[in-house]
Amino acid sequence: MTRTEILNELKKVFAPYTTNKELLSKINDDTDLIRDLKINSANLVDIIIDAENKYNIEIDFDAADKMINVGSCIDVIREKLEQKNVEYR
Amino acid sequence: MTKRVVVTGLGVVSPNGIGIPSFLHAIKNGISGIKFMPRYEELNFSCRLAGMPDFEWEKLINYISEVTFHGLKGTNIAYGLTAALDAWADSGMDYETDEPRWETGCVFGNSIADTEAMKNVIIRVDNKEAKKLGSRVVEQAMNSGVTSYISGRLGLGNKVITNSAACATGSQAILMGYEYIKHGYAKRMLTGSTEHVDTYVYGAFDSMRVLSRKFNEHPEQASRPMSLTAGGFVPGSGAGALVLEELDFALARNAKIYAEVLGGSSNSGGQRQGGTMTAANSTGVIRCIREALASSGVNAGQIDLISGHLTATNADSKEIQNWSDALKRSGNDFPLINSLKSMIGHCLSAAGSIESVAAVLQIAQQFVHPNINLEDPDPEITNRISVNCLPVDMIKKEINIVAKANFGFGDVNSCLILSKYN
Repeated sequence: MTRTEILNELKKVFAPYTTNKELLSKINDDTDLIRDLKINSANLVDIIIDAENKYNIEIDFDAADKMINVGSCIDVIREKLEQKNVEYR
Repeated sequence: MTKRVVVTGLGVVSPNGIGIPSFLHAIKNGISGIKFMPRYEELNFSCRLAGMPDFEWEKLINYISEVTFHGLKGTNIAYGLTAALDAWADSGMDYETDEPRWETGCVFGNSIADTEAMKNVIIRVDNKEAKKLGSRVVEQAMNSGVTSYISGRLGLGNKVITNSAACATGSQAILMGYEYIKHGYAKRMLTGSTEHVDTYVYGAFDSMRVLSRKFNEHPEQASRPMSLTAGGFVPGSGAGALVLEELDFALARNAKIYAEVLGGSSNSGGQRQGGTMTAANSTGVIRCIREALASSGVNAGQIDLISGHLTATNADSKEIQNWSDALKRSGNDFPLINSLKSMIGHCLSAAGSIESVAAVLQIAQQFVHPNINLEDPDPEITNRISVNCLPVDMIKKEINIVAKANFGFGDVNSCLILSKYN
């Protein structure tokens, strides 16, 4: 999966947790989840759970701590997807 | 210097009507909200009926943000939130505020979290998947879930309390809100209560053999308070909410005033002298009613209407006797008395608030709603009070003072004295 593909999918994951749909359509790597998208910090765990289910991956505590902005979310998801592909081989 | 307290807003989610116009129409016309529940038949319950509001879940999006809506599962919270926000709007106020409303608090009652929604939590935890529960479970599992959602939506900044006193919860919540304003701690209190009888709570009542089981084929006839053929209560769900305000505060903003809360009392029979976990100590009930009158400065003779607890169990005749003893009134001298439960069943924690909304509407619009299913009043009741006190049709009449009481498991009692605003 390319970064753009993950970004487009992530917009769907974030959608239920932000009321700012206009900004959501324009997010980029630097968009901060809490500061820009105004996502309640408690909802970050829900986003992690939804991402785990969507990509069939497991995001551990250390990786979850890195998911602060859109770019770092994509990094973590890519990394976990690659690990999964390695395990499959 | 104590303050006068008035009712300035009403909201209701009732089995026979959601929203005040629909509910008012239903109680004037004796419309039942009791329905047959096919699921209860599958579950082998003896009673297969419930007072279930025609609640449209999707409409919640008109009350709360999409983010809050996503992940809301607690039916009890949804009912309470809807009734509370409707009452708030009815009192002429906006939902939105940037500053907390420091002068306004909330006392809203609840029994337990929605067990059907919690079942999913239990299954996940047992499957060793606690990690997948997410952030929205705790706020809905906690008993204060309902007040948290209400006070958060409206920015209420005064005392926020979730009370619980079984079937006396609703009237107790209103009393607590009233007392808080009366003593000058708050200018306005959003009060009420909510209940969702899920299948697990329902099953437990069914097992106690206290539910109606002979009218499964005739749902609308099943809830029969004071009737000779009453055979137990029909569980109901819903919520009622009242905005209470200090009189001067309400007048200053030209609020409409439905009625005045004159006083009330809440006590317990201590589970002594015949009182138990499930039965009321009559001495406690009588004290509660008399204390409510004393705190209101009202004589027993001034009561025009009693909105009874009257669940359609064998406790009804005892309740009538207690009212009669407390007021020292009987025969034709007894006030009019009605039971909303004949139309909506017993809404447990929500009973007191929905019935209080009905009581306030009867004062505001000067009528007495009928007791339905009372073709055959219990002789034990009519030996004590005249059949003329038991209206079976709506009566248009001057109603100045209403006594509203509820009695709950744990031998707890609550009584409110409501009056026309003069």
